[in-house]
Amino acid sequence: DQVLYIVPETFQQVQHLQHLCNTLLLDLWEPLLPEEITTGGKLHIRVPGPLVQEVKDSLDQHMISYKVLIPDVQKLVNQNMPRERTSPEDYVYTRYHPMEEIYQWMIDIEKNNSELVTRHYLGKTTENRTIYYLQISQPSNRIKKIIWMDCGIHAREWISPAFCQWFVKEILQNYKSDPKIARFLQNLDLFVLPVFNIDGYVYSWKEDRLWRKNRSPYNNGTCYGTDLNRNFNSSWGTAGISYNCSSEIFCGPKPESEPETRALAQFFRNKSSDILCYLTIHSYGQYILTPYGSTTKPPSNSEELIDVAKEASAVLKGKYGTSYKVGPTSSILYSNSGSSRDWAHMIGIPFSYTFELRDNGTYGFILPPDQIQPTCEETM
Amino acid sequence: AMEELLPSHFPASRAAAVAAAFIRYRHAGPGRGLALGTIRRAHREDIDAVGRKYHLELVLEDIRDKDSAVNCTAEVLYPLDNKNTVPDVQFTLEGELQNSDEADDMFYNQIKSLDKELVARNIPDSQGNVSPELEPIHLLAWAASGYVIWQNSTENTNFQLAQTKQVTQVKRSDEYLQFDYMILLHEMVSQEIIPWQLTVLWHPRHGVQVPQDSRQ
Repeated sequence: DQVLYIVPETFQQVQHLQHLCNTLLLDLWEPLLPEEITTGGKLHIRVPGPLVQEVKDSLDQHMISYKVLIPDVQKLVNQNMPRERTSPEDYVYTRYHPMEEIYQWMIDIEKNNSELVTRHYLGKTTENRTIYYLQISQPSNRIKKIIWMDCGIHAREWISPAFCQWFVKEILQNYKSDPKIARFLQNLDLFVLPVFNIDGYVYSWKEDRLWRKNRSPYNNGTCYGTDLNRNFNSSWGTAGISYNCSSEIFCGPKPESEPETRALAQFFRNKSSDILCYLTIHSYGQYILTPYGSTTKPPSNSEELIDVAKEASAVLKGKYGTSYKVGPTSSILYSNSGSSRDWAHMIGIPFSYTFELRDNGTYGFILPPDQIQPTCEETM
Repeated sequence: AMEELLPSHFPASRAAAVAAAFIRYRHAGPGRGLALGTIRRAHREDIDAVGRKYHLELVLEDIRDKDSAVNCTAEVLYPLDNKNTVPDVQFTLEGELQNSDEADDMFYNQIKSLDKELVARNIPDSQGNVSPELEPIHLLAWAASGYVIWQNSTENTNFQLAQTKQVTQVKRSDEYLQFDYMILLHEMVSQEIIPWQLTVLWHPRHGVQVPQDSRQ
């Protein structure tokens, strides 16, 4: 919601403003009643968020100049209220959350599950935001193998970070009561990165819902963004890419040119012998994709990779009947080089998969929130 | 030369997307949304000097009723011709689609009785919501986008409707409803988001027409 400041100059303007207030039922802060609007008198009107653009367009059309007195009423309200920390049990997993809330969630999750969860620094983004991941680890004498899952490499795929958060919640809520999860944690450590491309995610909330890449400036700040999933050093720059910054699949000026890519790659190079499985979550399409995208030549453990994926797909379908197709990216989708999934496999991580979550194109990237729960439940 | 294709592989899924788009254009509307379900079988035929023809067995789903699947056979011919690049689509529906007369007529009467022309933006909104009043407008965009997708598809593209940025009704004196749409298409292979403007005419008995469209 915004509050606009207007001083009408002519009688026609007064009439139009009265008309707007009456038909759109706008909230007049000053004066109290539409009848009291006069030329030369100052007006403060609160406009509900969904109507802001329409009202501003209408004012422009009638050559009525205005100033935005309060750009975000809710923010101001929040700032003026005593800080009530919503308890983590209140976190709504069936809604999409902006980055500030996800940062807070990670802090809260660690605090409330300190016997199992630790939050770690991975690196910084182009715009200097901190990338954190969560380690879910049952204390033990043995060194356990790692399953790594990252979400949100592509900014617009909002269902992906929603899934990472859901996943963490499910594990933490059920590890004591569910024998499968308990056994899992006895033998494996889970590393979850809820939002990899933080700058892009923030941008998709504030400016462009369908933004995909990160926010690195190129060409003297006239063009932004590298596709992080084309920026890894796996046959970089050879297929399904563009060398042009204005493309959605711009692979960057060189492999690992982006701080986000480097942060993950460095971590993996240090730990690759301990990582058993690399999962990267995207949308949309409903696929479980195996290496490679850069070539149709199958990986060495192709049969096993596909078998496991097919089993996963069958179990997934059992939940709500949703069909996930299985196979190598280069046959199922398209060619692409420089993907994190290919790179993970190439450096020796045996099980490496890309999940493309719901849906099939009906809503695509802008998946309705009522599908968050079933998507997450079936993928779980 | 006819070869069988794996339905999960992209040559089949791209052709199926074109077939579904075309069928949407011919049969979908404000009262009926048709989604592509399973691709059951696919074959590809190289026809000398003409092009490549995909033979498909598909399942279509009415999004208002998940259990209402309709089987369908379709042929999508991508021409070799440089001048005419629009794929030729033929299809047969096996069985009947769910009746949409009630929903269509309700929408038609609602719009006809508006004092002011309808204007709306961002459908769905960023959160993925479509208000119930705007659902038919959204379904109409989906049907009309089928025309644009069909006209512009090749074996190297896979288009889906991503969002309606803006829709403005244009009042007409005849029985048709007219809407000016600005939509965003998502092209899967290049990952590009492409704005497209289109004029849409609709009538419950005459279906969807797109007399004018222009890539932005």
